[in-house]
Amino acid sequence: MAKLQSTLLNMFLSLTIICIVAGAILAGVNMYTTGPIATSKAAALEKAIKDVTPEFDNKPTEDVYMAVTGDGDSLKIYPATKDGKLVGAAVESNTKKGFSGEIKVIVGFDADGKLLNYSVLQHAETPGLGAKMQDWFSTDKNKQSVLGRKLADGELKVTKDGGDVDAITAATITSRAFLNAVNRAYSAFSGTDGLTGATSKSSTANTREEGGKNNE
Amino acid sequence: MENKLIVSPSPHIHGGDSISKNMYGVLIALVPAFLVSLYFFGLGALIVTVASVFFCVLFEYLIQKFLMKKEPTLYDGSAILTGVLLAFNLPSNLPIWIIAIGALAAIGIGKMSFGGLGNNIFNPALTGRIFLLISFPAQMTTWPIVDALNAFPMTYTDATTGATVLSLMNEGALDKLPAVSDMLVGNMGGSLGEVSALALILGLFYMLWKKIITWHIPVSVLATVFVFTGIMHLINPAQYADPFVHLLSGGLMLGAIFMATDYVTSPMSKSGMLVYGVGIGILTTVIRLFGSYPEGMSFAIFIMNGVTPLINSYMKPKHFGGK
Amino acid sequence: MSNLKILMNGIINENPTFVLLLGMCPTLGTTSSALNGMSMGLATMFVLLCSNIVISALKNLIPDMVRIPAYIVVIATFVTVVQMCMEAFVPVLYASLGLFIPLIVVNCIVLGRAEAFAAKNGIIPSAFDGIGMGLGFTLALTLLGAARELLGTGKLFGLTLMPEQYGSLIFVLAPGAFIALGYLVAIVNKLRKA
Repeated sequence: MAKLQSTLLNMFLSLTIICIVAGAILAGVNMYTTGPIATSKAAALEKAIKDVTPEFDNKPTEDVYMAVTGDGDSLKIYPATKDGKLVGAAVESNTKKGFSGEIKVIVGFDADGKLLNYSVLQHAETPGLGAKMQDWFSTDKNKQSVLGRKLADGELKVTKDGGDVDAITAATITSRAFLNAVNRAYSAFSGTDGLTGATSKSSTANTREEGGKNNE
Repeated sequence: MENKLIVSPSPHIHGGDSISKNMYGVLIALVPAFLVSLYFFGLGALIVTVASVFFCVLFEYLIQKFLMKKEPTLYDGSAILTGVLLAFNLPSNLPIWIIAIGALAAIGIGKMSFGGLGNNIFNPALTGRIFLLISFPAQMTTWPIVDALNAFPMTYTDATTGATVLSLMNEGALDKLPAVSDMLVGNMGGSLGEVSALALILGLFYMLWKKIITWHIPVSVLATVFVFTGIMHLINPAQYADPFVHLLSGGLMLGAIFMATDYVTSPMSKSGMLVYGVGIGILTTVIRLFGSYPEGMSFAIFIMNGVTPLINSYMKPKHFGGK
Repeated sequence: MSNLKILMNGIINENPTFVLLLGMCPTLGTTSSALNGMSMGLATMFVLLCSNIVISALKNLIPDMVRIPAYIVVIATFVTVVQMCMEAFVPVLYASLGLFIPLIVVNCIVLGRAEAFAAKNGIIPSAFDGIGMGLGFTLALTLLGAARELLGTGKLFGLTLMPEQYGSLIFVLAPGAFIALGYLVAIVNKLRKA
């Protein structure tokens, strides 16, 4: 078959057909993968929530609500209840104070406001330094660990700033940013009715003005 | 066209005896700073310097002998000088295996990859230091506290560590800075060769006297940093430290006097040297004041090393008899 | 040229990374570990294979003056397919490579082979060229990733070979990518000529 000449009609038809076919293929693949993508994202979130909260029997991803932090931002809170009683919550927090880019963490508290566990969801910190935060702050060595801390006693700070959490060696900026995200999570959590023990079942955005309940 | 002059791009290789003469001249100029580091850091300073020189010479010999297959040129002293300068840029409690890696980076990557002395674009000792700083940031940024009361401290790896003046500044703790007189003598934390401004300035005068270097680069670097930090200090004294503190802290003196003036990697013409020096001063200050690294001297020299060929092509030295 | 020769050509004589020095952005960006490098190479190989086949099949139906936009549409389609499939079925890998997958579209190797080979040859040789170039790219990226992972963290494919504290972080970061690539290119070319 001879090669098509570059006439306007030929060019128009050839490009149009190629684009239509390409569009059709993409539409098909998109339809086919939307489900799995959503499922894997939801599974990742659910696993993160499960990792950081006490055992629960509700569906935290459905009961999610927004809460205001001390600095006026709002964060997502996934409450965990058992037999209708609030046992804890996972707070999806973030900070822009990192060494490079945003750090997203999910922090779990029990009903008394004790930090149970955390999981770093997203970060772009330096590998080998700031990137160690997932392990560093959960390792029980010196004053590294933040697990089991009660933030009601005051914000977490690195030792260099007069606090009692050991910063990651040579990554003070990341450590500060991480603690900032944790503090923000607690501030959102304590600003809602999480601490008062009253269970909130509302699944809509339950944003409350935070007043005296905030411990800052 | 038969009378065409061949002008090769810089850097040019000097005759053999003048290389070693200049290299040993620089080494003599480094003696006062070395003595001060011995006084303050004791055994650690000795171990780090000896290890660094040993590994630099060893790698130079091995690479020249077995990879480049030519007669090793150890006696020109350039590997020894690289070793000493590298050691001066390291904390005195650095483990020896890290020093060996630094020496390999300095000689292997910084010098021999480009073809050996005279062909390297970047200062080898700086290449080694920056390689280590990025590779082992934890070990490279914990400096032992100077222990002047205990003459010749015998501690090496287990010395107590503390912050440097620049890291204090970076954290905004301006009130915790040591006194200027202490900083002049070298009674503060830091890499082993950089602490004593006085000893380094002594070395500068020696090199000027022996005509090993000219004043252009050190003076333009120091003056630029002084003016720039002075302006920032006047604007906001609470946030930006005194220009004198900037001049005396970190690797500024060591860099301006010994690292930036390296023949191979700095411009040839006087005007080019001034541009180069001002560039280093501005970059250092920008990194110190606005960057996340507390010290920017080594990066600034490194960047300006890269710009040197460009400066050379725009600011050629005058031809003899030319207008 | 026999098909086998075409295949080997892509892997050794005209290795896209070490000899042609094409596609440097994903080469430097994704090779922080051997596994990442290999996955990126395989993803590129898939796109290369598909686009080579389709373009050599369609070469007579595409008028010369619009061939570049037509090739780009074909390549972009396959890249998007790879991206969506990766996100759906290997989300962990997607998290570390996601940023670089769309860049396959502008990878010089893919468009370069479409223009230089597939547009002039039949379907079968084009397929072999795609596989050969893809394998060469994969091999190079795996090698570079392995070198960086070993020197940077002391691991190889996640297996610890030496304690992590002895790794030079610089190899995990961008400057180390350039240094490692430079030395690898030098070594490979030395061996190739010997």
